[in-house]
Amino acid sequence: MSPETILRMENIVKTFPGVIANDHINFEVYQGEVHCLLGENGAGKTVLMSILYGLYQPDAGRIYYKGRPITIRSPRDAIRHRIGMVHQHFMLVPTLTVLENLILGQYPFFRILNNLDHVAQKIRAMSEEFGLNVDPYAICGELSVGEQQRVEILKALYHGADLLVLDEPTAVLTPQETSQLLTFLRRLAEKGLTIIFITHKLEEVMMVSDRVTVLRQGKVVATVNTAETNPRELAKMMVGRPVLMELPRTRCAPGEVVLSVRDLHVLDARGLPAVKGVSFDVRANEVVGIAGVSGNGQTELALAIAGLAPVSHGSIHLCGQDVTHLSPRARSQLGMAHIPEDRHGMGVILPFTVAENFILHDYYRPPFAVQQFLQQRAILSYAWELARKFDVRLAHVEESFVHLSGGNQQKAVVARELARRPRFLLVNQPTRGIDVGATEYVLQQILAQRDAGAAVLLISTELEELFAVSDRILVMYEGQIMGEVPPNKELIEDVGLMMAGKSPKSDISSWKPAPRQEIVCEQPIACETIIEDTGDKEKPV
Amino acid sequence: MDTSAMILFVQTILSATWRLATPMIYASIGEVFTERSGVLNIGLEGFMLLGAFAGFAVAYFTGSLALGILGAVLCGLIFGLLFALFTVTIKANQIVVGAAFNLIGRGLTGFLYRAWFVNKAQGVQAFPPIDIPYLNAIPFLGPVLFRHNILVYCTVPLMLIAGFVLYKTAFGLAVRSVGEHPKAADTAGVSVSLIRYAGVLIGTTLTSLGGAYLTLAHTNQFVEGITTGRGFIALAVVVFGRWSPKGAFWSSLLFGLFYALQLRLQAIANITIPYQFLQALPYVMTLLTLILLRGRAISPKALGVPYQKSA
Amino acid sequence: MNDPSRETTMTMQERSVARPGMCLLPKAVLRIAPRLLAMISPIAAIVLALFISMLLLIAAGYNPARAYTVMWQGAFGDLRAISEVLIKATPLILIGSGLAVAFRCSIWNIGAEGQFYAGAVGATIVGIFITSLPSYLMIPLVLLVGTLLGALWGMLAGYLRVRFNANEIVTTIMLNYIAIIGTGYLVTGPLMDPAGGKYPQTARIVEAAMLPRFLPPTRLHIGFIIALIVAVILYLLIFKTSIGYAIRTVGINPVTARYAGIHVERHVLLAMAISGGAAGLAGAIEVAGISFRLYQQISPGYGFEGIAVALLANNHPLGIILSGILFGALRSGAEVMQISAKVPSVLVFVIQGLVILCVVAFGLYRLHSRWEPRPEKE
Repeated sequence: MSPETILRMENIVKTFPGVIANDHINFEVYQGEVHCLLGENGAGKTVLMSILYGLYQPDAGRIYYKGRPITIRSPRDAIRHRIGMVHQHFMLVPTLTVLENLILGQYPFFRILNNLDHVAQKIRAMSEEFGLNVDPYAICGELSVGEQQRVEILKALYHGADLLVLDEPTAVLTPQETSQLLTFLRRLAEKGLTIIFITHKLEEVMMVSDRVTVLRQGKVVATVNTAETNPRELAKMMVGRPVLMELPRTRCAPGEVVLSVRDLHVLDARGLPAVKGVSFDVRANEVVGIAGVSGNGQTELALAIAGLAPVSHGSIHLCGQDVTHLSPRARSQLGMAHIPEDRHGMGVILPFTVAENFILHDYYRPPFAVQQFLQQRAILSYAWELARKFDVRLAHVEESFVHLSGGNQQKAVVARELARRPRFLLVNQPTRGIDVGATEYVLQQILAQRDAGAAVLLISTELEELFAVSDRILVMYEGQIMGEVPPNKELIEDVGLMMAGKSPKSDISSWKPAPRQEIVCEQPIACETIIEDTGDKEKPV
Repeated sequence: MDTSAMILFVQTILSATWRLATPMIYASIGEVFTERSGVLNIGLEGFMLLGAFAGFAVAYFTGSLALGILGAVLCGLIFGLLFALFTVTIKANQIVVGAAFNLIGRGLTGFLYRAWFVNKAQGVQAFPPIDIPYLNAIPFLGPVLFRHNILVYCTVPLMLIAGFVLYKTAFGLAVRSVGEHPKAADTAGVSVSLIRYAGVLIGTTLTSLGGAYLTLAHTNQFVEGITTGRGFIALAVVVFGRWSPKGAFWSSLLFGLFYALQLRLQAIANITIPYQFLQALPYVMTLLTLILLRGRAISPKALGVPYQKSA
Repeated sequence: MNDPSRETTMTMQERSVARPGMCLLPKAVLRIAPRLLAMISPIAAIVLALFISMLLLIAAGYNPARAYTVMWQGAFGDLRAISEVLIKATPLILIGSGLAVAFRCSIWNIGAEGQFYAGAVGATIVGIFITSLPSYLMIPLVLLVGTLLGALWGMLAGYLRVRFNANEIVTTIMLNYIAIIGTGYLVTGPLMDPAGGKYPQTARIVEAAMLPRFLPPTRLHIGFIIALIVAVILYLLIFKTSIGYAIRTVGINPVTARYAGIHVERHVLLAMAISGGAAGLAGAIEVAGISFRLYQQISPGYGFEGIAVALLANNHPLGIILSGILFGALRSGAEVMQISAKVPSVLVFVIQGLVILCVVAFGLYRLHSRWEPRPEKE
């Protein structure tokens, strides 16, 4: 049966200040297929689909849906045309129930909302039909991430979508949940829905799609049938060069214990236990990775170690000193560096200059400040040197930090933390949202720190990354460590099971360490005693 | 003080409480809608003054109280549109804009009052109290509850209608979402700007109405600065009432009680506090209530942040 | 109202993006050198505000040409007029500079009026009851006490915010009323001038506490010089010291500030102390330099005008010197305008409010209190 085109986006152009997000894109989707939109971060996939959903207006180009040209000025239009979208960041109002979220925007304003039982009934029926298991009266803010995603999908189906767009839906799922989702999507396609699936993960493309369109830097590279291609080819199209994780598979002899966490309990922002009794050590010349689906306590663990969240029970020792209740500055003075998960929200001050951001931790002491006065010359020369050494591309260290590209911003944060020669480096999602080139660079720098004597704790949701860089991997689930896994690629399925709270399928005693080359690393950086403990007790963020 | 005098005293206090709370009830219920939609309007004092003056001026020149009320409402609408233009469309800092409207309200009403009225010092025929037959004969509560003017009575249906609209209509649902997660509302097809304009306008209109109450019912003339900070207290009332119309109503009554006590405590013979201490009572109590709340109240998440579509 | 900037990291990630908002000027105009435009726009704002006020004057039946001419004459007509402008600018420069520190810390101190009164009270009490010190000790003492009391009054609101999460807009406004009422109590009660014939005012302060005048026969006193010095000091503080760096960081993003090791609460209190202290100093100078006694309406709204002064100069103390003088001129001119042309001087408040709105409408200032991340382009 010849495929019928359901959607055609013709010559779509969309620019933002300084960047062409979509550069004359031609995109065609057949009825009833699963079509992947593949590309790196920043390739323009989300922008294109946001145009389809009416969140952006294209600068040029046309959209044809079911054969007819249409204009989509707002999400309302898209919904009217039966186009549904499940966004990467959920579009659910947390204080409202599932039912309220589903009917939002559906009724004219004067409609009185009593007697909504029949709506609840319809929701339950749909939920059962698609196997989504959603309670209409649950409050969205209290649902887990996976449940919220199911609500989002149900929302699109409830609004009668024929075409469903999903934007990186697996970022928040375990490997098992991911395969469940992909199976679910195939079933939807069999029922007649058309699926567009945005991703940057090659395995998913191979697993679920019929065809795939590859975007790179705002342009379409190719549209191919999935059956006729393979991951290597797709990767090449995605980045324009063969992708290898060009990272040395090496190992140092681990030194003494630098970070020691014992029976740590941390509450989350809502006051519920997020970390429930975690214990581990990190030694000098060693990278310990923490794997897990986001939302299982990693954020709280990182914040507690950094001194930005209070510890309700347990202890943290850095360089042999009890830092459990010490301020972030005290820990910084002891030699801890922290590359935070939320780069913009926590790691930098966007309106400040690059130079001002470089001195964020040490602005108050010599050589950057003498007798309270900032030393401009010292600050600028330090900034220039840092930018040069860590390859941060910029025009001038006195330009506003916002003007740097995403990758360079992360490099700048990395530069700032690493230039301080930390004894202990805490890194949380270092490569989120940045391109492949910067990713490689950042991971190389982390390894370089390890070789130079630092102890590194790497928290990441990207298993590839963890397996490439870590010496040991701890798997975290629901606030606890499920177990330790050597970074051996054969064990990836076991890791996936542990990330979902299940026992690994193979026998632990049979696990072999990953093949690594032993190299000679620098001596671990010596731990000094703390200079001055101002004893600031920080309130929770 | 003997028992009957004591009873009379309590009755006058309670009766005054409702009357004194009325402008704050209007303003705070209005501000509930504004803040629930995500906009923070600290210019309530200015809007109240504008409404007080507009209501008075129109009633004075037309001789009609109804037209005076209409004038206040229109005033609230027009200035509210201006406020919304700056905060929702231009997306300026809402606190700065609110401060500007306080200045404008104070200056404009003072200026026009002195230009038009200062040598004509007469008042208007204010709203008379309406006695509700039969009910006003109930012992004790009768005189307390059922001898007020119409604007005071209207506060109760206002609270009920406001609650109904906010929680039981599609519009209210939209308002609540826009203040919590504007992006979600936007993607669901709700126009964030439109809802915020509506929220602001409801707030400014009701606040102006509350101001008109002061010059058309509570007293019968306009005096410069007649609001004496009630607009600011309304802000605290919204927090204390946890952003709900019912909460705002009862919290306003609480503050009305403070005002009433301030005015009447002097009547008690054996209390010789300098009157300024009593004058400061509402403001001190506001501080104390904020302390007691200890930030436990959760404001609408998007409050005070302009919404920008990334386009 | 919880301060939105106090949210957790996760929430910020989900936030809607807010870039600097719309600007009403046409794009062509914006392409001219932005720095030049940034300097012109306050002037343009003032011109526009005066224009709109002119329409108001016409509507109210006044002659705007006469009104504005008298206003100009009243402000700049002769040496005496100019000296009066500078006298009125003194408290505005002080209060504005202090507010610049608070606003840059994202602390919305609407309580400068009350802090002014607190300073005035302190200065008066010292000025009346300490009679045996010579001038060179008395004056610093009076000013110091005024500054201290203003700082304490400001820190009270800061403490309420830090400890109880009490919104500083409401608390500072409440403290305004309390301070003003308290002053009223003092001047009609304990501090009332026994020889004054029941007027609600205090006795005169001693001669040794009075600020010397340096431009006879005008009333211009060294308080003006002090205001200029304070503005320069606060400028240096904000931009050239590590404390200023910390304050600005807290103001833009307290989460990042904590991450950087900055003690957010301490800096909030410090910002309020500086801000309150500057306002208190202004109050002390008003008593020691102009009124020589305390009475009920000693401030005609300096605390609120100071807000406009600070915002007009984008919270930059050196610019505040200029905007303070401008607003001093407006007020001085308005007073003369009221006397000569019978135009109510409260028009000045309208002009101030319009100036703020015009500045905002031209969109050239980053008037958002916090920065949001740029959209992640994918």
